[in-house]
Amino acid sequence: MIKKIFLIGNPNVGKSMVFSRLTGVQVISANYPGTTVGISRGHCKIKDENIEVVDLPGTYSLEPTSKAEEVAVSILKEQPKDEAVIINILDATNLERNLFLTLQLIEEGYPVIVCLNMCDDTLHRGIHIDIPRLEELIGVPVIATCAVTGSGIKLLIERIMSAGSRARLKPMHRERWQQIGEIVQSVQRLEHRHHTFREILEDASVRPVSGLALSAVVVYASFNFVRFFGEAMINHICDPVFHKLYLPILERLSGALGPESFLHHLLIGDLVKGAIDFKQSLGMLTTAPYIEFAMVLPYVISFYFILSLLEDIGYLPRLAVLLDNFLHRMGLHGFAIIPVLLGFGCNVPGILATRVLESKRERLIASTLISIGVPCVPLQAMIFGLLGKFSGFYVLGVYLVLFSLVLSLGMILNRTVKGFSPEFMLEIPPYRFPPVSLLAKKLYFRVKAFLVEAMPVVLGGVLLVNIFLYFHLFDIITNLCAPIIKGLFGLPKGAVVAILIGFLRKDVAVGMLMPLGLTVKQLFISATLLAVSFPCIATFVVLLKELGLRALLKSTSIMIAVTLIVGTLLNFTILH
Amino acid sequence: MKKISLAEMDPKKKGRIVDILATGATAHKFMSMGIYKGREITKVGQIAFTGPVTIRVGRSVFALGHSMAKKIMVETE
Repeated sequence: MIKKIFLIGNPNVGKSMVFSRLTGVQVISANYPGTTVGISRGHCKIKDENIEVVDLPGTYSLEPTSKAEEVAVSILKEQPKDEAVIINILDATNLERNLFLTLQLIEEGYPVIVCLNMCDDTLHRGIHIDIPRLEELIGVPVIATCAVTGSGIKLLIERIMSAGSRARLKPMHRERWQQIGEIVQSVQRLEHRHHTFREILEDASVRPVSGLALSAVVVYASFNFVRFFGEAMINHICDPVFHKLYLPILERLSGALGPESFLHHLLIGDLVKGAIDFKQSLGMLTTAPYIEFAMVLPYVISFYFILSLLEDIGYLPRLAVLLDNFLHRMGLHGFAIIPVLLGFGCNVPGILATRVLESKRERLIASTLISIGVPCVPLQAMIFGLLGKFSGFYVLGVYLVLFSLVLSLGMILNRTVKGFSPEFMLEIPPYRFPPVSLLAKKLYFRVKAFLVEAMPVVLGGVLLVNIFLYFHLFDIITNLCAPIIKGLFGLPKGAVVAILIGFLRKDVAVGMLMPLGLTVKQLFISATLLAVSFPCIATFVVLLKELGLRALLKSTSIMIAVTLIVGTLLNFTILH
Repeated sequence: MKKISLAEMDPKKKGRIVDILATGATAHKFMSMGIYKGREITKVGQIAFTGPVTIRVGRSVFALGHSMAKKIMVETE
């Protein structure tokens, strides 16, 4: 009786894509090894039966060498062999390396069906694979698929139940490679090809001079795209919609409620010079949606567009190679750049992605650095919105402070945190050019996830703050914290509330600074502090899950210390 | 024929792996990725003097940290 279907294969062969096709469950896929760090589960209808499908993180062999691989292998081993079918997904353009795991799975006696993915790619790379011959040699069914377009998936579902176990003798690893060499020799034919432009570009992007030049262009272009595309959306879509369409409705509501009522205080907030001000009124229907939709969302969209594009093309692992030397100084290796980049979108997926790092020490360092020094898009958008109108110099200043902080903290942690940081070892995928539909789907998925996660917290946060303000409940805390906030950081008492709200969401917190009428220096300090002080609650929860309580406490005390030091330094020395 | 490590090899040169000085998990990972004694490889490039080394093995490209690269001995022409 088959109870589960496992998807297993080398990293970056498109397992998640096959998973999405089988189950209809949308998961994030990208062109670098280690995109999937957790387990995704879904269901697939096979002959009128709903069977659970489990997508496992990629692994090169059944003897794991990283935490993500460990997870994959241990889950597989829990299941009795006669209750599971394994869909072993292979990258058809790299048959040889992929067959190592395939043979191991077959030797162990698992019922295996081989899914030869990316078959469309083999054609324009001049690779021909004799599939019937391959089936004959390894003794299990082989189906050619292209998960990106969906071809072959139907056949795969039809033949899942024909997967048979062909347990056989386990050879030594060297002998297994020899067997693989013979198999590949007899089933694969390569057309002789000259180097294509793509291959030349692939090699150039990991060589020192050309690679660094290319990365400078990519980073500069990405940053500017995010900024200009975000700004354009705000100026031409969001602001007009809010001011021309939404504002008249709110004005009527405000008139109907009467400016002194409690409900008006909650929904509309305070009137500024007798009118609703989206940036300062601080109501659930005014400032809350304005922050999320007109200040943050445009940047979230443009950021995730660029990130998804770079991910799918396969540029990120090359960036990892270029930055390896630099990241070594902080006890990390090149691959840590991927969690960091994800962290710029939202710290939560960034910290989850640190699972691809092998040692606990690396994960602690990377998670701490991300939660302190990597501002998420919502926070960055608000900093741009708030400080950008004074001068780009201040925005740059915040980034400079954060960067030097990450650098110095990283070097300190590298010297003090016990444990080891293993060497860098990463497979570099070929450049691939994803269809636009795929990119659009991923973007939609990420933006939706952002809104679903952010909106309830934003609305709840603003509601809570308004109730507290109305009944003067913040006064005790503000008075208590005043010596630190005022004495050390030079901020007005009201900023305490904003920093506290930063625990819920950073964008709302910056939003709460808007009505305070701060000076540029005060804005600069509070924005920087919001970035470096404790992360939002969602990040805290993942930190706890990923690092455990002890490491979280360690990480948190570092954060508190850093906040105090940075705030005081900025107030008394740098900006004095 | 001379025997040198991957780190000392010139970019764009071909060689055959003659010895792997790593042990334990690292050796294991090499093996499961198809990096083993007797295998032919091509060095793609290297970042600075102590940066990661990129090699092509069959149809795969791998980047190895510098000290890892020093543990793989190759024979070049």
